[in-house]
Amino acid sequence: MYDDLELSVVCHRPEGLEQLEAQSNFSKKELKVLYRGFKNECPSGVVNEETFKQIYSQFFPHGDASTYAHYLFNSFDSSQNGSIKFEDFVTALSILLRGTTTEKLQWTFNLYDINRDGYINKEEMTDIVKAIYDMMGRFTYPALKTDTFKQHVDAFFQKMDKNRDGVVTLDEFILSCQEDENIMSSLQLFENVI
Amino acid sequence: MAAGVATWLPFARAAAVGWLPLAKKIMPKPPVDKKSRNDEILFVNVSGLRFQTWKNTLDRYPDTLLGSSEKEFFYNEDTQEYFFDRDPEMFRHILNFYRTGKLHYPRQECIQAFDEELAFYGIVPDIIGDCCMEEYRDRKKENQERLAEDTEAENATDTPLPPHSTSRERLWRAFENPHTSTMALVFYYVTGFFIAVSVIANVVETVPCRPLKGSKKDLPCGEKYTLAFFCMDTACVLIFTFEYLMRLFAAPSRCKFMRSVMSVIDVVAIMPYYIGLVMPENEDVSGAFVTLRVFRVFRIFKFSRHSQGLRILGYTLKSCASELGFLLFSLTMAIIIFATVMFYAEKGTKGTNFTSIPASFWYTIVTMTTLGYGDMVPNTIAGKIFGSICSLSGVLVIALPVPVIVSNFSRIYHQNQRADKMRAQQKVRLARIRLAKKGTTNAFLHYKEEGGFQDRNSDNALCLKNRSSFEHQHHHLLHCLEKTTSHEFTDELTFSEMCMTESVGYRTSRSTSISSQQGVSTSCCPRRGKRRAIRLANSTVSVSRGSIQELDTLQVHKTSAGPQSRSSLNARTEDLKLNCEDRDFTAAIISIPTPPANTPDESLPPSPAIPGILRNSRSTFFTHETVKISSL
Repeated sequence: MYDDLELSVVCHRPEGLEQLEAQSNFSKKELKVLYRGFKNECPSGVVNEETFKQIYSQFFPHGDASTYAHYLFNSFDSSQNGSIKFEDFVTALSILLRGTTTEKLQWTFNLYDINRDGYINKEEMTDIVKAIYDMMGRFTYPALKTDTFKQHVDAFFQKMDKNRDGVVTLDEFILSCQEDENIMSSLQLFENVI
Repeated sequence: MAAGVATWLPFARAAAVGWLPLAKKIMPKPPVDKKSRNDEILFVNVSGLRFQTWKNTLDRYPDTLLGSSEKEFFYNEDTQEYFFDRDPEMFRHILNFYRTGKLHYPRQECIQAFDEELAFYGIVPDIIGDCCMEEYRDRKKENQERLAEDTEAENATDTPLPPHSTSRERLWRAFENPHTSTMALVFYYVTGFFIAVSVIANVVETVPCRPLKGSKKDLPCGEKYTLAFFCMDTACVLIFTFEYLMRLFAAPSRCKFMRSVMSVIDVVAIMPYYIGLVMPENEDVSGAFVTLRVFRVFRIFKFSRHSQGLRILGYTLKSCASELGFLLFSLTMAIIIFATVMFYAEKGTKGTNFTSIPASFWYTIVTMTTLGYGDMVPNTIAGKIFGSICSLSGVLVIALPVPVIVSNFSRIYHQNQRADKMRAQQKVRLARIRLAKKGTTNAFLHYKEEGGFQDRNSDNALCLKNRSSFEHQHHHLLHCLEKTTSHEFTDELTFSEMCMTESVGYRTSRSTSISSQQGVSTSCCPRRGKRRAIRLANSTVSVSRGSIQELDTLQVHKTSAGPQSRSSLNARTEDLKLNCEDRDFTAAIISIPTPPANTPDESLPPSPAIPGILRNSRSTFFTHETVKISSL
């Protein structure tokens, strides 16, 4: 409760429109649309994790999106202080929608690398995969089994871990993804989202 | 979808990039947004008051008038604005709903006018914010009650009957509202008179009259004037029977009438007479017959049709039942405690009245209610001490709850009414929210069923339902998730159907790898252990999933062979303990369903067809059941 009061008193304003335009790949018009939506949802100018989880969960009513939202939140929150400002929001969207494939893959790597140590190990991957499957909910076809995650993670490591050392580094990740045509073509899909 | 979520959809879709390296399949193509996404300011003219807002603001709620294409009907090309001929003051609140996501109820407005505006703009009142919800509900309820009173007063006795009512309806109306016609009024008074006569006769016939000549003993009047009383009784019962049959004939819903309290009282009142007629003059049964005559006193309850007050009393007792029940319960507890104590305290005394604990109940009740008949008194010192404690606590136990009940009665009575209604409304509200939520999930499933996933060319595009761009994009997002995980969304029904067949199917294939079976069932049917969901004894289970071709129906028949033939099974008993534990059936599985072609997922087990018959470990009291498979 006290936390909420603090945040609402401390109102955050983003840097100017020109600076944001320079830093991101969006035009002024797009930034205006983005900011109006953002400000309407979060009048205080920042999104905290609870709100973020609630918002993200609305898109996945079947299952539980809170774990994945937590990981997403951490990847968006560049300053790691528990709240996303508009600049973080714009930076991330700029990478995801208008960035180069390398940037996108880098962002994805950061998402998977939960502890930010530069390596993705099997536990982190299992956590991520489990979080994604949680969003599917319970009623799926075919039904989920306990070794679904394990198999998925194993398949992932089979593809990505070139030197078989049990962890995936950024370079291995980017290389493996670039070899996969499906991933490359899918990365272009979301460009027209805004 | 809740307020403003539409603005976050692009962000959620962008975040789907994170799924891409994990996806096993190609992502589906995103929907093409035909409309231009430029945001523009719209002008809305409501009876001369001009409002301006962003188009995006109105698009937040696509299922309302302003958010959908319905507003195009109100577009005025000459002035380039949307014109609504409605109340501009109310429109301010409507527009604020779009802007802030919360609908507020303006307290100075009439509730009906507000409701009408909401209905016009396609906004469901359930989304009124919590700040204004209580006020809204109270006002609405007040209004409804007032309206109901008005209509009731209108429909009161003096209105003429609808012109084409049948005689049956007229008869019923005459019974329910005796003031409508003179005949009904006459009948009403006549029955009332006869009820009184019958009750008085019951009372008088036990009064001792002067004895017959030549006998010394006092006779009760009933035995002296047997014939007179019998005639009077017969007349009353005839009238009551006639009345009951007429009511039964006239009732619009006979079953409901027969179940109502008044008709039960009627039946109970006249039954003893008929039973007495039928029963032979036998000394053995006449004792029981005498008991039946007690029921004649129930005729006095027939007065409740004639007295409004009696009906209200009955109703209030019914509604206060829980408090009375509590009083009774605490009294019973106290009585048992003290009776036990007094019994053991007085046990040693010679010639004591406290012969057993139930015998002490009478003493305890008489003492606690401060009656004190004195027919049983304690003699020992301990008995007297406990007896005094008993009488003191009796005062407390009885005197305390009664005023509380009386004062609670009026408070709880009103509160109960309000609380029940609120609870019902809450349930409805939650149910509607759940339905809306299911609506969004079901929307996606319906979209899939309609084959929305094939690449549409212009011909097929016409066949699909018209959906907003928001829905398109949201469904695309859900589809991407499905492709990432190689699993599809289903609803609960198909899932449980499937779960049953699959778990049943997996038991044969995994008979060699028993340890993973439990894992299979835990993830597959985690919830079903609590339910005896399936009783396959003497029932057929039909599986209707299209992809499961080999297993059409299971038929389970019970035979009475002993359980010793279980040894022929290839599964050990304790390993068959699934989470779906309480199933008391045994099922036979013939083959695994072949995995559908579009999910070449290695998570499904390989599917050899292993015929086998398994028995559940719980078939201890269900004897051996043979299973016939109808199609293979």
